[in-house]
Amino acid sequence: MNEVNKPVKLGPNGRPVRPFVMPDSLTGKLDVWRYLLLRRVVQIGLLILFFGTFNWGWQIAGQPLLTGNLSASEFLGFIPMADPFAILQIMLTGQIPLQEVLIGAAIILAIAALIGGRTWCSWVCPVNMVTDLASRIRRHLGIQNAFKISRNVRYTVLLLTLVLSILTGVAAFEWISPISMLHRELIFGIGAGWIAVLGVFLFDLFILRHGWCGHLCPLGAFYAVIGKLAQLRIGFDAPTCTHCCECVKVCPEPQVLDFKAATKAGLVASGECTNCGRCITVCPEDTLKFDLRHHLNPQPVPNTTESQQRRAA
Amino acid sequence: MYLLNQQARATPFAIRPPGSLAESDFNARCIKCGQCVDACPYDTLKLATADAGIPVGTPYFIPIDIPCYMCEDIPCLKACPTGAIDPALENIDDSRMGLAVIDIENCLSWKGLRCEICHRECPVKDKAITVEHHPRRISKHAMFVPIVHSDACTGCGICEKACPTQKAAIRIVQPDLVQGQIGDHYRLGWTIDTPITQDFKPGGDRGISAPAPSLDFLNEGEL
Repeated sequence: MNEVNKPVKLGPNGRPVRPFVMPDSLTGKLDVWRYLLLRRVVQIGLLILFFGTFNWGWQIAGQPLLTGNLSASEFLGFIPMADPFAILQIMLTGQIPLQEVLIGAAIILAIAALIGGRTWCSWVCPVNMVTDLASRIRRHLGIQNAFKISRNVRYTVLLLTLVLSILTGVAAFEWISPISMLHRELIFGIGAGWIAVLGVFLFDLFILRHGWCGHLCPLGAFYAVIGKLAQLRIGFDAPTCTHCCECVKVCPEPQVLDFKAATKAGLVASGECTNCGRCITVCPEDTLKFDLRHHLNPQPVPNTTESQQRRAA
Repeated sequence: MYLLNQQARATPFAIRPPGSLAESDFNARCIKCGQCVDACPYDTLKLATADAGIPVGTPYFIPIDIPCYMCEDIPCLKACPTGAIDPALENIDDSRMGLAVIDIENCLSWKGLRCEICHRECPVKDKAITVEHHPRRISKHAMFVPIVHSDACTGCGICEKACPTQKAAIRIVQPDLVQGQIGDHYRLGWTIDTPITQDFKPGGDRGISAPAPSLDFLNEGEL
């Protein structure tokens, strides 16, 4: 940490590698946690909107505020939304659902194309809070992985889910999804669904780091595929990067921070990136920030950033 | 996963919202969003939790807790985004959520008491439940017994909720569990709508005696 007596390590851009230091002040900490806090507000806020509409009859202009749950819902009685992965499974069973829910799925797909598929995972999905907690606890306790599996297993699970939907005639993942069980039971009443959620928690805590969200979840895999070409991405300002790898340390999907690919594309290209924003706030060089793909793609060239100016001064 | 699916599919006991598709289609189509539950003004509908013994996340109701009050505008059906609750249902009286079945061993009316509460409470009164008189062996007084007619019973469960016995003697069940099927090969020659194919005349004056004057019968002798 203290590099007074050490030779200064230089990054590939010739600048000294500086570690990320957590600020002591509360405002500094809040700044580092800004996306984390915002994500929790969105995650919990959505659940409260559903819960309030169901249990307390929240309305705006005589219309129910937000009915349903994260599988399918209706906003103000006329804007449908639906989980496109659930709809895909239902259609694979041979059922053609009503137009309303197809429009709802299209709306969510459009949002995914705009702000990223797996943005769902870190900004909406309630299981994210469970697995983040498991990840945090295991980091503090220093629990080691029981075994390792490839992160691509999720695509196999995704494929399996789709095939099973065809074979069994029911939307396969929807029958066992701990995600659906969690938000459904939080909104409509608690049952044994917490056992499945506890299972995910213990799996992530004791067996495999980021085990569920990062290795197995077929919904995450689905959104990784859908969101590959999404607009909102983590922009990567290559010339400022010193390869300090602070971002990799906090990233729940560290394989997406491939410096070579990111340098070429000017952004974090993988659909597996959940747009959680952790990397942005720990980057000591301001290399990473949210940006739009069309804005980044044509010109992945350096522009003078704040940090460069600071250094020049 | 496969086993779970099979297990989930093998549960035909759920009483579904009015207009629900046949169980296998319903299970395939329902997205488990709970918008029907949101829409139900009587809090009748519930979403199955993982331990409910019903395909997880799907809507159902338990008539003895809260029956379906058969809203004429069918809000649960309108709320369903997938069509698992079939929008083809226009008249709530045509819904078939279940079938009322009477346990005649414990029904007060079948014991000879004047109850008939189920008949009076039935929203499709005199079609789904009729009261018929029935001779009683030990007494001259007839029994007035409720009879359920499956061609009109919606399975709403209001009768089950209203039944005064300690444990309801009229219950809503899945029709498949109790209904038989006679088979097309039976020709019931004595019913009116059966075409007469041979020299056979139903009824007529063969062997039907005039009924005894009932008032005289009741007033004579001991009870």
